[in-house]
Amino acid sequence: MILQSIWFFLWGLLWAIFFITDGFDLGIGTLYPFLGKSDHDKRVMIHAMGPLWDGNEVWLITAGGVTFAAFPLVYAVMFSSLYTALMLILFALILRGVSFEFRGKVDHPAWRKLWDTCIFIGSFAPALLFGVAFANIFQGLPLNNEHLFQGNLFTLLNPYGLLGGVLFVLFFLVHGALWLAIRSQGALHDRAVAVAGPLWFVLLLIAVAFLAYSAVATNLYANFLAHPYLFVIILLAVAGLLGIKHFLVKQQYFKAWFASALAIVGATFFGIVGLFPNMLPSNINAEYSLTAHNASSSPLTLKIMLIVVLLFIPVVLAYQIWAYHMFRTKVTEEDLALEEAY
Amino acid sequence: MDPVFLSRLQFAAATMFHFLFVPLTLGLSVLVAYMETRYARTGDETYMRMTKFWGKMFLINFALGVVTGITLEFQFGTNWSRYSAFVGDIFGSLLAVEATVAFFLESTLIGVWIFGWKKLSAKAHAAVMWLVAGASNVSALWILIANGWMQHPVGYVMRNGRAELGDFAAVVFNQFAILEFLHTVPAAFILGSFFVMGISAYHLLKKQQVEFFTRSFRIALVLGLVSSIWVAVEGDQHAVHVTKVQPAKLAAMESHWETSKAAPIILFAVPDEKNERNAIEIGKLPGLLSFLGYHDFNAEVKGLKDFPPKDRPPVLLTFLSFRTMVALGTLFPLLTLIGLFLRNQLVQNRWYLMIMVAAIPLPYIAMEAGWVLAEVGRQPWIVYGLMRTADAASPVAGSQVISTLIAFILVYGLLGLMGFFLIAKFALKGPEPVVETLPRRR
Ligand code: HDD
Ligand code: HEM
Ligand code: HEM
Repeated sequence: MILQSIWFFLWGLLWAIFFITDGFDLGIGTLYPFLGKSDHDKRVMIHAMGPLWDGNEVWLITAGGVTFAAFPLVYAVMFSSLYTALMLILFALILRGVSFEFRGKVDHPAWRKLWDTCIFIGSFAPALLFGVAFANIFQGLPLNNEHLFQGNLFTLLNPYGLLGGVLFVLFFLVHGALWLAIRSQGALHDRAVAVAGPLWFVLLLIAVAFLAYSAVATNLYANFLAHPYLFVIILLAVAGLLGIKHFLVKQQYFKAWFASALAIVGATFFGIVGLFPNMLPSNINAEYSLTAHNASSSPLTLKIMLIVVLLFIPVVLAYQIWAYHMFRTKVTEEDLALEEAY
Repeated sequence: MDPVFLSRLQFAAATMFHFLFVPLTLGLSVLVAYMETRYARTGDETYMRMTKFWGKMFLINFALGVVTGITLEFQFGTNWSRYSAFVGDIFGSLLAVEATVAFFLESTLIGVWIFGWKKLSAKAHAAVMWLVAGASNVSALWILIANGWMQHPVGYVMRNGRAELGDFAAVVFNQFAILEFLHTVPAAFILGSFFVMGISAYHLLKKQQVEFFTRSFRIALVLGLVSSIWVAVEGDQHAVHVTKVQPAKLAAMESHWETSKAAPIILFAVPDEKNERNAIEIGKLPGLLSFLGYHDFNAEVKGLKDFPPKDRPPVLLTFLSFRTMVALGTLFPLLTLIGLFLRNQLVQNRWYLMIMVAAIPLPYIAMEAGWVLAEVGRQPWIVYGLMRTADAASPVAGSQVISTLIAFILVYGLLGLMGFFLIAKFALKGPEPVVETLPRRR
């Protein structure tokens, strides 16, 4: 029991780290056609995320892998139920991944235009679809007594699901604009700062709307009401949101980015804590839900995997922080001159 | 449309495509790391130009390896969900371990390598490449442990209607998996070195940058020679183990129908699966199959007829892919041995250089054939003896699978063309005359 609960929260933590790391590059990719006015700007934007996006994406692979290992039934039902949505995410990520590498390799405007488009779609679509998918999970999926999904892609495109999608996109846009502000200079930097403010305001509105709508559309608040001290998590998310504005005004972009990361973690844990112990609630009958208890792997697997994760994740964090530290500086002309660096 | 069949097609397309890029990543990463180390040690700029030249092709290939790998990770849940629920306890953990111990390292450090020329010392930068190479090979180890478990499940207990982990060490030290690892990784080294030798040979034929390409050729030659001999020797051990644990696969590999002592190897045959015999047989070598399987010319080898038809793998494909792989596996040591003798007069021996250019695709073919043999020969089982492929697919509609299958074929087809076009473009262009951005030397 306790092992399953630990794994449930680790599972949530992995998703949260994925959202704060890959989130900013999905955001920059979505801003890409709007802020990248010249080819030079575009290259700076690619450089701002180039060294880090691949390592960030592994948090997704790990979150998926850990779902498979610790909660095989959840992995099986989630991936097959959300078949079309996940395939769309997958194709988007495929196109995005090669874009960075391919874009600078042929000197022709049409070629670059093609990959510019792929960077945008490949960043925007996953941001939106992850939001839609998670909001639908919060709300419950039509799973029958054999955990078979009784719906299709359009079942997922309901108002609450779409609001979740918009929320995620906004989170990532703000997060990305802040990272771009950190790593760029001149006019591009100014533009990044200039969009961060209004985007933040819309994010705030949508976040409030989402919190309110969740009270109607989901059962997420039940755990919070049963244990009121848990409201701290929502407060943290709100503090993060307000912190973004605070530091943005003071032109302290690193701090603003961390505040944004805090807001994302808070928002993720709002959902995770609210779900517990459900992982895929059924909205046909609560008894058909998949939970941390009825969908986990054997205690032995959970134990061994816990050891692996506790041993290696700190190491991973250490070298990722090292890499972030190395690439926290403003992108310079010298950086752009590196021939293999796109 | 039958979702099982479509999912099989989709999985085959996705893995075979992934494996067009994986071996070059494994082989070339080691060669590039070696070249960069030579630079860091000697300060000789030719080595830096080599690092950059081969590194550029490495990176294009790597990007395709990464994006096609993510597909596979998704496929198990999207298309093989019954399988995932059945084996997640063991198989899922191996994938999760692979991501935590290997993918993070390789993906984080590749970014550092690409963008870190000015931020690290030459030695540290070379060390980063060794870590990328090491992590790629470690990732191969874990995925092959996962695959080895499907080929020969060990260390599990049947409980709660699924295969649960019984003994982690038994899973990790599964002999099948170790043999696969010791076969696949050196095979990837063959591919990497034939790639470097082939492109070098092309430029040597044109007498361009002779010094640069002679040195590249010789570095790759050493790796190619050692690994091609190793793969042939190890492959033999592999076959012995397959005989023991997957007799039906062995029988299909050899299109061997009747159980018999002193079983022959048939050089070429056309199996006739309906009538359970070979329509044509050319070149019978008596006793050799017994020797291959048991290292004893008189041993008894089980024939396909001893297995009920529903437990037999597709014979033709298994048979042909084994033939192809072994034929090529015999050729590679020969080619590299010739290279060893000619290594000081490469430019004079145009015929040899031409052969080596033509040989670039051959290791790719051998690799794909090897996997077709291993995977098709495992049919009808998805987990050998435990679960049938037919019972493993997701409860998704055929229409869903067919649309993604078509999308895969289109997107992968285009990406594959562009990827190989870019690799070829930079390969033909040759190295930059001077290196603009040298790492700091300390
Ligand atoms: C023998 C080696 C081998 C085999 C059999 C496979 N792979 Fe692979 N894979 C690699 C060797 C590799 C690699 C060399 O480590 C790659 C290729 C390029 C790269 O970046 O890493 C890789 C990349 C790669 C990635 C992207 C990792 C990243 O972002 O860095 C994923 C998710 C997978 N693979 C997953 C799989 C799955 C689920 C497989 C089984 C069906 C599989 N691979 C077969
Ligand atoms: C990368 C090299 C690989 C190649 C080229 C390859 C090739 C194939 C092929 C051709 C099939 C279709 C067989 C058929 O349906 O007749 C297949 C099936 C399959 N393989 Fe592999 N394989 C590879 C590695 C792996 C690995 C490492 C795993 C597991 C970790 C794996 C798991 C599977 C599964 C789950 C199926 C689907 C079920 C099936 O159709 O048998 N494969 N593979
Ligand atoms: C004479 C030489 C060779 C022999 C005797 C040999 C033997 C074998 C055998 C028996 C298998 C089947 C294992 C299984 O069913 O799972 C296999 C698989 C394979 N072979 Fe070979 N092989 C040889 C050369 C090569 C070469 C040259 C390559 C590629 C460059 C190669 C690549 C592979 C791959 C990728 C697999 C699938 C993975 C595995 O099962 O290890 N082989 N080989």
